[in-house]
Amino acid sequence: MQTLSYVRTEMLPQQPAPLGERGAAKWLRENLFSGPVNTIMTLLALYVIYLIIAAITPWLLNGVWNASSLSECRAIIAAAAGEGASGACWAVINERWHQWLFGFYPQDQYWRPTLAFVLLFVAIAPVLFDRVPKQLLWFTLIYPALCFWLLWGGSVWGPIVAMIGFVVLAIVYRLAQPLIGISPAAGAGVVAAILWWLFLDVPAVNLLAGLADLQLQPVRSSDFGGFLLAITIGVTAISFSLPIGILLALGRQSDMPIVKLLSVGFIEFIRGVPLITLLFTASLLLQYFLPPNTEFDIILRVIILVTLFAAAYLAEVIRGGLAALPRGQYEAADALGLDYWRAQRLIILPQALKISIPSIVSTFIGLFKDTTLVSFVGLLDPLRGVTNVVRADINWKGIYWEPYIYVGALFFIICFGMSRYSMYLEQKLKTDHR
Amino acid sequence: MAYASDAPKDGFRPSMLIYDTRYRGYTIQFIVLLLFALFVAWLLNNTLENLAAKGRTFNFGFLWSRAGYDIEQTLVPYTNDNSHFRAWMVGLANTLAVAIPGCILATIVGVIVGVLRLSKNWLIARLMTVYVEIFRNIPLLLWILMIFVPMRELTYEPRDFRVTDEMIAAGQEPAASMWFNDSVAISTRGINAPLPLFDRPLGSLNLGGVSVNLTFLAALVIVLGSVWVNRQIRARAQRVQESTGVRPTTWWQSVLVLTLPFIAFLLATGFHLEYPTLTRFNFSGGILLQHSYTALLIALVLYTGAFIAEIVRGGILAISRGQTEASYALGLRPGRTMSLVILPQALRVIIPPLISQFLNLTKNTSLGIAVSYLDLRGTLGGITLNQTGRELECMLLMMLNYLILSLMISSVANIYNRSIQLKER
Amino acid sequence: MKTSVFLGTIAASALLAGAASAQATLEAVKARGELICGSNTGLTGFGAPDANGEWKGFDVSLCRALAAAVLGDATKVQFVPTTGETRFTSLASGEVDVLIRNSTWTFTRDTELAFDFVSVNYYDGQGFMVKKDLGVSSAKELDGATVCIQTGTTTELNLADFFKANNMSYTPVNVADDSEAAAQYLAGACDTYTTDASGLAASRATMADAANHIILPEIISKEPLGPVVRHGDNNWGDIVRWTQYALVMAEELGITAANVEEVAASTTNPEVRRLLGLEGDMGVKIGLDNDFAKRAIMAGGNYGEIFEANIGSSTPIGLARGLNALWTQGGLQYAPPFR
Repeated sequence: MQTLSYVRTEMLPQQPAPLGERGAAKWLRENLFSGPVNTIMTLLALYVIYLIIAAITPWLLNGVWNASSLSECRAIIAAAAGEGASGACWAVINERWHQWLFGFYPQDQYWRPTLAFVLLFVAIAPVLFDRVPKQLLWFTLIYPALCFWLLWGGSVWGPIVAMIGFVVLAIVYRLAQPLIGISPAAGAGVVAAILWWLFLDVPAVNLLAGLADLQLQPVRSSDFGGFLLAITIGVTAISFSLPIGILLALGRQSDMPIVKLLSVGFIEFIRGVPLITLLFTASLLLQYFLPPNTEFDIILRVIILVTLFAAAYLAEVIRGGLAALPRGQYEAADALGLDYWRAQRLIILPQALKISIPSIVSTFIGLFKDTTLVSFVGLLDPLRGVTNVVRADINWKGIYWEPYIYVGALFFIICFGMSRYSMYLEQKLKTDHR
Repeated sequence: MAYASDAPKDGFRPSMLIYDTRYRGYTIQFIVLLLFALFVAWLLNNTLENLAAKGRTFNFGFLWSRAGYDIEQTLVPYTNDNSHFRAWMVGLANTLAVAIPGCILATIVGVIVGVLRLSKNWLIARLMTVYVEIFRNIPLLLWILMIFVPMRELTYEPRDFRVTDEMIAAGQEPAASMWFNDSVAISTRGINAPLPLFDRPLGSLNLGGVSVNLTFLAALVIVLGSVWVNRQIRARAQRVQESTGVRPTTWWQSVLVLTLPFIAFLLATGFHLEYPTLTRFNFSGGILLQHSYTALLIALVLYTGAFIAEIVRGGILAISRGQTEASYALGLRPGRTMSLVILPQALRVIIPPLISQFLNLTKNTSLGIAVSYLDLRGTLGGITLNQTGRELECMLLMMLNYLILSLMISSVANIYNRSIQLKER
Repeated sequence: MKTSVFLGTIAASALLAGAASAQATLEAVKARGELICGSNTGLTGFGAPDANGEWKGFDVSLCRALAAAVLGDATKVQFVPTTGETRFTSLASGEVDVLIRNSTWTFTRDTELAFDFVSVNYYDGQGFMVKKDLGVSSAKELDGATVCIQTGTTTELNLADFFKANNMSYTPVNVADDSEAAAQYLAGACDTYTTDASGLAASRATMADAANHIILPEIISKEPLGPVVRHGDNNWGDIVRWTQYALVMAEELGITAANVEEVAASTTNPEVRRLLGLEGDMGVKIGLDNDFAKRAIMAGGNYGEIFEANIGSSTPIGLARGLNALWTQGGLQYAPPFR
């Protein structure tokens, strides 16, 4: 018998794919040169990138980090790279970097805003991340007082006594709620808290400060500047505006025509005018609307107006969240016999707020960028305010790009980080609901 | 036997205003209204007291006094002898001159970038992502400055365009020269471009204080008329094709209809271009586009365009992949798939957030303050306010102006939105 | 999320502040222990914070002298930066006690806006700066030119008037602040830059190629710059006015920050004795103590010293005294008699 085998017993070694079908060549062909149109676009894009790099690189390479004035910078660049060469003068950043971050905050006290900033993350962690123990929420509640004390200094009792106002509110509410129901009890609580602030706050602070006191060096609002100011305005405004925004959103969804009309009117008015006119209102018009001889400093006025501004935008964001909830949730709450506030508190708002968080973060990014506009009412924002102050120094008069690049890069890092986080949240929440 | 559905027929008791959900709403509304009225009364009272304390009055008479200052860009005829009211109108026109082209251009940029971000070309997609992220995460104010400054720093001064006799003798070229056959000059002052002029204009018509330029009106009518006639011709060709299967050649008719009447109109009115010429200090004649205007417009377009691009991308991604596949199955090319199948459907998702971007852009024109563009805020809310000291009146007028603008944009856009929404029957 | 701790503080501070500013400004300042001075957002030589956040400058020195006179401590000043647009509002609303910020004394501001310009600490005038190679030697040759102007000031009105009066035309470029205007001018966005001559000199001094720029001889307006207070509080106005005059008087009498103690100990000149509070009750008459002028002088020196230290010929800005020389030297700085 012949043993003929028509079946090959050993395999040929695998051939590598043709040169055009593998590795970089394939990737290039498929992603960059897949057709005439794509090829042209790729070449154009490469040319644009080349132009940008060619324009910026020498300027960056000639950068000077150590000099005491712009003219010294120019001299160093001329000596190093020849007459007429252009170069960045980073020395101004090197010398004044802290002013863009902290404004005129006393230099030996920089640890205070830094600590407040770090603690901010601890305070918002339980809201933003699931894995953080929920006990931290207590810290979130006391954080505003702590932050206020750290930033502005003075007696520790001021913020504590002010916080007690909220404790008063809660106690009055708890006591009155079984007797007269939710809304009247809440009203009574607010009245009690306001009475506390108006009449007992100052004596209580004085009394406690007389007993024992913990003082931090007081810092004036006018010393705030740079990113410290931007973050203070942004964070305060967004956190104050959240409760107002929720109320406005509920008001806009309400069955009660007057409440609805007022909410819609407020939201549309604020959204219809530029922020800059609201800032000018804070600086020019508030003096007309408040009782004669009232004055409080421009930063607080700006924060109030920015809060109202953010509240109108947040109201729309939260309205979106409310609208996204399936109708069944409302009906289920009704079926359980919950009244309006219980239904909102236990069923509707937790879900609506959760799906709104990405948009709230986006609103915050927008607001944070908009804090640069406060320079138009004379505050020291990082972009124009501090930069102008630095340029008024005779050593640095005439400096242009370096501060903008520094400030722009910082803004980019912060905002980009936040927007990435909000996208991550969006992805996470999406899977929850599908 | 009593039916449970019958409500107990109790008489009305005052306590029901609080405890009965049927009436509680009225109580709450009453309290809210009362508080609101008190608040408004408090504001008004404070305002009146403050005005009295400062010895000021609240009136708008100052609007009719002489403004006394000059404005660089005037779309409405204006000199410093005109009233503050006229200056305000100039400012409003300047705001619109940024807002309207801004919205249109930002939409175009946004759609192109949004589509290109999904491109298969790796480099292009990455570049567009970088563009979108950079513009979205850096304040607009910085962009306005970053665009404005190079326009002024990297261009030449008008005198660098001058050709003197010595230079001709020495065979030297001037440092800078004009573009497009000596018709457009880009200098540190702005962009000087030719201005269309008519030797025999049709005059203008005064309609209740607003003068309408009849020449431009006539040109518009002629263009629209030619387009309409052209559509009739093509519709006829379509009908012939459907009934006979042969499409008549119509391109030469279209060309004639579209061009002849307009050329005739231009000849009849004596159309010519006024070119900018170099005078002692500046280019004069033609149109001058200030760099502050151009930079503000470009910055707003690029900034808002980045946001619109994200909206467009989201809208396209929201359309199910099956639509694209179905369209490929019908044999449509990718470009036509995008323009005929995907974008029209995505539009429904895109339009509502797009409206709010238009509103943002319009409101952001007020940032012209950064490059000293004299818009509504710069005239009424800036120099006029400053020179007259009438903060209350000027600020209220300005807010009202922006509010009306915003309401107009959102109502027009909403009408359009309603017309393209899916009609569910 | 976070709740508001501010509200209470705001309400309380609003009430307190309301109570405070109902009093006369002097009492308010004393009660606060600090003078609030409206200043520039940063104008080289006249008022700007340095690297440590400490304000320096010609106008700032007057604020410090005032604080020294009223509170006895030249460092007890808070500077509130104000823009051309917000300055008068912040004064009217009581946000600042006094505005010392290159503000021109005009009829309207003095009357309709209800302010008092108490004195003139710098006599200025609007001028033009051009590049030398433009070939212009007089402002009258600027017909058709593009002009950079700082908005929110009297300069834009003066400019329009000047060109109208001379039957010339111009293209305005309205710029929001001084450093921006200088940058525009340097880049060639305009042929000439117009603002107060002192501002022009300050800008020119800091240019890389100062020699290529000239300030034209025409001064087209009068710009008396001085401290401003609210209408109606005459005592406070007197204090600001006489603090400024005390500095001028000190220069006239040869009293400097360095020799003031020595002069006070040795002088027999009755005018000097009155000024330094050794005789008469000058300070008490305006609600201060008799040493107020002495403290004001010690804060930063007399008028001449302040001028030289901040904007004078020894500084990079290098302004000549000109109109601001003492009347004895042909200038306009003239203090009424101290008696």
